[in-house]
Amino acid sequence: MEATVLPFVEGLLGPLWPTIKPVWPLIWTLLRIVLILVPLLLSVAYLTFWERKVIGWMQVRIGPNRVGPWGLLQPIADGLKLFLKEIIFPTAADKKLFVLGPIMAIAPALAAWAVVPFAPGWVLANVDAGVLYLLAISSVGVYGIIIAGWASNSKYPFFGAMRASAQMISYEVSMGLGLITVLMVSNSLNLSEIVNAQSKGLFAGYGLGLFSWNWLPLLPMFAVYLISGVAETNRAPFDVVEGESEIVAGHMVEYSGMSFAMFFLAEYANMILISAMVSVFFLGGWLSPIGALPDGFHWMAAKMAAILFFFLWIRATFPRYRYDQIMRLGWKVFVPLTLVWILVVGVWMMSPLTIWK
Amino acid sequence: MEFKTVLFYIFSAVTVVAALRVITARNPVHAALFLVLAFFNVAALWMLLQAEFLALALIMVYVGAVMVLFLFVVMMLDINIERIRQGFWNNLPLGGLVGLLMVGEMAVVLSGRYFGLANLPPQNMPANYSNTKELARLLYTDYAYPFEIASVILLVAIIAAVMLTLRRRKDNKAMHSSDQIAVKAKDRMRLVKMAPEVELPVAATKEGDQA
Repeated sequence: MEATVLPFVEGLLGPLWPTIKPVWPLIWTLLRIVLILVPLLLSVAYLTFWERKVIGWMQVRIGPNRVGPWGLLQPIADGLKLFLKEIIFPTAADKKLFVLGPIMAIAPALAAWAVVPFAPGWVLANVDAGVLYLLAISSVGVYGIIIAGWASNSKYPFFGAMRASAQMISYEVSMGLGLITVLMVSNSLNLSEIVNAQSKGLFAGYGLGLFSWNWLPLLPMFAVYLISGVAETNRAPFDVVEGESEIVAGHMVEYSGMSFAMFFLAEYANMILISAMVSVFFLGGWLSPIGALPDGFHWMAAKMAAILFFFLWIRATFPRYRYDQIMRLGWKVFVPLTLVWILVVGVWMMSPLTIWK
Repeated sequence: MEFKTVLFYIFSAVTVVAALRVITARNPVHAALFLVLAFFNVAALWMLLQAEFLALALIMVYVGAVMVLFLFVVMMLDINIERIRQGFWNNLPLGGLVGLLMVGEMAVVLSGRYFGLANLPPQNMPANYSNTKELARLLYTDYAYPFEIASVILLVAIIAAVMLTLRRRKDNKAMHSSDQIAVKAKDRMRLVKMAPEVELPVAATKEGDQA
């Protein structure tokens, strides 16, 4: 992309170009960051709207329809309202950490996007250790909740923090182990190469790329990763971290205004991130399902939208898990399942029946 | 000065300050969070040395898992700082000795060339060099047995820790989800056949009785 933009910028700046040239890489990187973050934050805003609409329809209600045409300006109005609200500091709170909490929640949720490829070459940093970077950055996200819960110096946030730290660590294990099979069959840690590895295979040769993506041969891992992703983002039915019925809103109880909104932003940004991850690792990223149709960003967007719909759908469908059952599912079901499947895939790859060459 | 050098000094300065705050912070939670900051900056330093696998593994393992559980414990304990500080002067000589030993060892490692210990590997690797792959190749070929032994020792430690703290109470009531799911309707409900009850005819009430 840079090759097409560069001559245009040079022409535009004319004589100023030599002075700009040394800092051009910095400007270019910042531009690309803005190009990723602005659509992301807009998607977050409209994901909240879409969620309220979808759940409304599922419960035979109308959902927000008052602000703007079809209620389309509702997220803007919500954002504006939260922006204008006062941020209240509880007297017994640890002020510095109370401020740090929301920042630590949202920073990893945004930083992880650096390595996500949206289409061939559409990636901020095409690094070789992309998967490792993602695992490392997403494991930091739990600090936001823990710090917020502790710094509030109040019972309910503290319970929320305790639940969050145990739950997120447990499901990170099964997510990481599930990814190992993907790495084994793609033979790379680079996200773009993981997508490209899914474009080859028996069915892709017939023009049905859909069946060559990782979801089919790694079906149990696809399910484990998707469900762990829901648990990792603390979404229903795994949302005991903020369980309204027993601990009000968990770590967010004492937060108001923009500091509360940042937790919300982080949660939805993480949902979108997980949907992007599932698309890249299991659903072939930007690849088209049928050979005759062109690959491109629209496929990635469609897959992400489908997975996000799945997130909303299960929120409207399932009752909340009990905490001990969440732990059981994570440690006694998912972890053994992933360990066995790693062995199965390893044997499969070494056997003459291998479909990955 | 190269930009990398500037970054190095920034990261090392933050590391040193954070490490100092770990031992000087009065609040144990603050100390643990400063330790997290120190880990982060050390990871950044390793990244500058092109050791991306080690750097990211440090964040993943220590920041993402170990320190979270550490905070989990520290937050729940009611730690009395005064009592902890009591033994400071008694323990100082031992601590100082350990510190000196570590400084000495680091000196030997860092000035390996002077001591003729090892030929340091060339610094400039090709762009597509992946040290994740290189590490894996070494660990699973040349060092396969030591690696497996290390992991078995860790496994034994995990099981030992669980067994040492496992406490079976007689009056402990637990639910077993698998039993609950496997339950059949006939385990829960018994249909009893019985003759229908015959209602006795009631004498018709006269009008005006209620009034």
